[in-house]
Amino acid sequence: MNVAFLVEKLGLKVRCGGDRLDREVSGGYAGDLLSNVMAGSKSGDVWVTCQAHQNIVAVSVLKEHSGIILTQGREPDKETIQRASQEGIPLLVTELSGFEIAGRIYGLLHP
Amino acid sequence: MTQGHNYVFPVEGERFDEAGKVSVQVKQILKKIGIPDAVLRRAAIAIYESEVNIISYAIHGTASLQVTDDHILIDIQDVGPGITDIEQAMEQGYSTANDHIRAMGFGAGMGLFNIKNCSDIFEMSSEEGKGTHLKITINR
Ligand SMILES: Nc1ncnc2c1ncn2[C@@H]1O[C@H](COP(=O)(O)OP(=O)(O)OP(=O)(O)O)[C@@H](O)[C@H]1O
Ligand SMILES: [Mg+2]
Repeated sequence: MNVAFLVEKLGLKVRCGGDRLDREVSGGYAGDLLSNVMAGSKSGDVWVTCQAHQNIVAVSVLKEHSGIILTQGREPDKETIQRASQEGIPLLVTELSGFEIAGRIYGLLHP
Repeated sequence: MTQGHNYVFPVEGERFDEAGKVSVQVKQILKKIGIPDAVLRRAAIAIYESEVNIISYAIHGTASLQVTDDHILIDIQDVGPGITDIEQAMEQGYSTANDHIRAMGFGAGMGLFNIKNCSDIFEMSSEEGKGTHLKITINR
């Protein structure tokens, strides 16, 4: 399952990294505390968070996430978009809550 | 012993916009040297949490990296307020982060614990009003 599949199935809006949607999604992680995400998430995870500032990009780069999904209609800061584009990390947006979107992703990963 | 790899990176307090800069660089360096992914990921996490702590709490500091035949040695030093009770600071969930820091998703009180978890040997010392020193050893 790649990021493009998630975008299509879940109606996510792509804010940057549209050319990197071929990245493989091997799992997911939900969290808004960066050191918790640093400790718990895995390479290939898609990261679900409500944090929209630029510090999320370094976390995703270091953890080699397949993409970041911002919940509840949060829009990424312009620095966040800039950095994520530089790093080739897909930045996606949903109107759904973290709970709802994580549940749907889980369902797609474990049908 | 083959020629060692030595690097020193400066870290400035309050520069949250630069959080992760050193760890991302170090990860690339370790990859080039041929350190296995599982090992370099631990080094990257340890340095990330260390640089965020300098940015959050200290005035400025440095992160040094030394790679020997057997080890990755990471030395983090800062000039800052220091930590009076190291044991308490190491506890999961203990944090003195202010609202500004918390608003960015830091301040879970997990950073030092993460660093220790990623280390094979972890040593920490601090002097009140002077600064803090972390010595992290990771086996290659
Ligand atoms: N370099 C430092 N100088 C002074 N105090 C520090 C330093 N590093 C950590 N501390 C103190 O130790 C506490 C715990 O640090 P730790 O990194 O574990 O958690 P945190 O920074 O509060 O939150 P998190 O790392 O989860 O975002 C900090 O809140 C701070 O009071
Ligand atoms: Mg910390």
